[in-house]
Amino acid sequence: MDLAYTAKQQAFREEIRQWLAAHVPAQPLQSFDTAEGFAQHRQWEAVLNEGRWGMVTWPEEFGGRGCDLIDWLIFEEEYYRARAPLRVNQNGIFLLGPTLMEYGTDEQKARILPKMACGEEVWAQGWSEPNAGSDMAAIRARADLKGDRYIINGQKIWSTRAVWADWLFGMFRTDPESSRHHGLTFILVPLSTPGITVRPIPQLDGRPGFAEVFFDDVEVAVENRLGDEGAGWQVAMATAGFERGLMLRSPARFQETARRLVELYRANRTAADGDPGVKDAVMRAWLDAESYCLATYQTACRLGKGGKIGAESSTNKIFWSELDQTMHATAMNILGARAELLPHAPDAAGVGGWLDGWLFSQSGPIYAGTNEIQRNIIAERMLGMPR
Amino acid sequence: MDFTFTEDQLLFQASTREFLTGEVTPARIRAGWESPDGRDPALWQQLAELGLTGITVAEEFGGLGMNELDFVLLAQECGYVALPEPLVNTALVSVPLLQQLGGELAASWLPRVATGEARVLAGIEQNLLVEDAHVADLLLLQHGDAWYALAPEQVELRRNESVDPSRRLYAVAIKPGAEPVASGQQAAALTLAALDRGALGCAAQALGLAQRMVDMAVSYSSDRQQFGKPIGSFQAVKHLMANVAVRLEYARAPVHRAACSVANAEAVASRAVSHAKLMACEAANLAAKHSIQVHGAMGYTWEVDLHIFMKKAWALANTWGDTAFHKGRIADYIFNDGAELGAGTTFR
Repeated sequence: MDLAYTAKQQAFREEIRQWLAAHVPAQPLQSFDTAEGFAQHRQWEAVLNEGRWGMVTWPEEFGGRGCDLIDWLIFEEEYYRARAPLRVNQNGIFLLGPTLMEYGTDEQKARILPKMACGEEVWAQGWSEPNAGSDMAAIRARADLKGDRYIINGQKIWSTRAVWADWLFGMFRTDPESSRHHGLTFILVPLSTPGITVRPIPQLDGRPGFAEVFFDDVEVAVENRLGDEGAGWQVAMATAGFERGLMLRSPARFQETARRLVELYRANRTAADGDPGVKDAVMRAWLDAESYCLATYQTACRLGKGGKIGAESSTNKIFWSELDQTMHATAMNILGARAELLPHAPDAAGVGGWLDGWLFSQSGPIYAGTNEIQRNIIAERMLGMPR
Repeated sequence: MDFTFTEDQLLFQASTREFLTGEVTPARIRAGWESPDGRDPALWQQLAELGLTGITVAEEFGGLGMNELDFVLLAQECGYVALPEPLVNTALVSVPLLQQLGGELAASWLPRVATGEARVLAGIEQNLLVEDAHVADLLLLQHGDAWYALAPEQVELRRNESVDPSRRLYAVAIKPGAEPVASGQQAAALTLAALDRGALGCAAQALGLAQRMVDMAVSYSSDRQQFGKPIGSFQAVKHLMANVAVRLEYARAPVHRAACSVANAEAVASRAVSHAKLMACEAANLAAKHSIQVHGAMGYTWEVDLHIFMKKAWALANTWGDTAFHKGRIADYIFNDGAELGAGTTFR
């Protein structure tokens, strides 16, 4: 065990820091859940990609740097320290990207990954259906193979980024006789295909961060199938593993929230200490964010030596989502009567992004598999409790 | 950056676990409750033969010359079986104290600690009482701004009974005439080091205790039937244990980091230890709370072994620095100017 960065890792950090200092937009971009903000974020992805920072863990041939997970964590730390824009293509680069590396054909990788890396093609998810939420194996949307095309009919819902995205990845039932997690196939669908209707769904902040997607005899070429027909569940589980795992929510995000929370507390200390629980909550936030960082480094090092990530990755998703919610709840308590004010309200001084973060934190325990589902997975697969 | 243990460290952990789970059974622990001094000389001799009493003793004095990082996984295993013998305090507190004091004191006592012939135990005032002072052949005691090395005849002991019958706690009064072996700044440094090492030992044991209580509750809930099926199949029961698993998962890395920090005498070591102890003891207390709930009325009995582990977890949470002390150290850092917080500062 040696908990010091190598000279190479330190140089890597310095290189990112300098590049970000020179390139991160001085003014924050608008929300990527607006048309204008989406375009701004897509442009930022192109800038990132020009610097070859789009996805540092990818092989060089796809626009990456072939970095290991420690480099990835360093990149994320600098990215969040620099307050660089959120990643509009996170469904693509963090979830589908790694899955493509594992299950994609060479043709698919060459066709899809470079355009994903530069933001030319932004990806949405198409997993949940109105009657297949936590019970994802209840998927009913059909994809019937006719010649060299799948004919897709059905409905997806809660498709994040689908309003302005270019492609959707999802799971469809290709075997009409099948049930549960059998007979499902992972298919990549261009959202511009005739027969697709995208109906935006406003989120808590009023912006259409997700959508319903209706498929009416939508024809998709068979080369857009990822993995074998009928193997969709296995492919999707790989994606879910990455999602809960290291990529989507690296510790840097929560460490920065914890740091801002400490600052908020110190700036409002006299009033905040009127509630004796606040100081403890702020301190716990810092302890937990640091613990998440330490545990992630430990996992990354273990994976780097050939270890595998298993059911314990479900602990990760619970830990960060509940931490995020708790941190923002504490911030709301510190802000007191100002907490409910939108940032542009005339008397909202010092409120900053806390309200936005508070709203978004409500979704953490729900998306990417509810925390109740994660707890079932932990109990059954990690602890071995009876089904 | 390498946050993994070596193959050797993991093998040592596995063999220690095998030994401890085989020898230190709940039945043997209960037998200790009935014995006059509560300790088990035969077990201590076995531990010595495995090299464990001398694990941190320098090789020149007959020990294995290992450090806190080598020992931390073994301390977890001591927690897993709720080992009543003072191995963790010996390896992490007494032996390093002797080595820091050096000279004749170290040269004469360390070899005998390694062979198991002698027990050297340590106490600091912050702990109120001294664990296992009654079996110490030499007591290292902090009193005011000085440290003393005391033979049994130089002290008077007054036993204080603990809720955990395995813990033997004594108020120690020094008889007149004892001369300090360290004072002033040197003594203050020894006290801080002893406190950090003792707290690290608590944290590591708490991880093992938490795991043991989880294992017991999972096992019980898989066997115990109600409504025609194992109670462990009910979500309400599953989620109690899942919640413990989550807190435990994120308590491990801080403990390992603290061990590494202490072993390398890093500037952040004290803070890392407080972080580790808070996380690990909280996880162990949660494990106790949810495990007794899963055991139902059985968990509230003397007969079921769960309380062996619960009571030890409760005690460790407030010894070698109580929660107020360790939270205070964290708060003093993060709420003051000069704190380096946020992404990228963890390994500075």
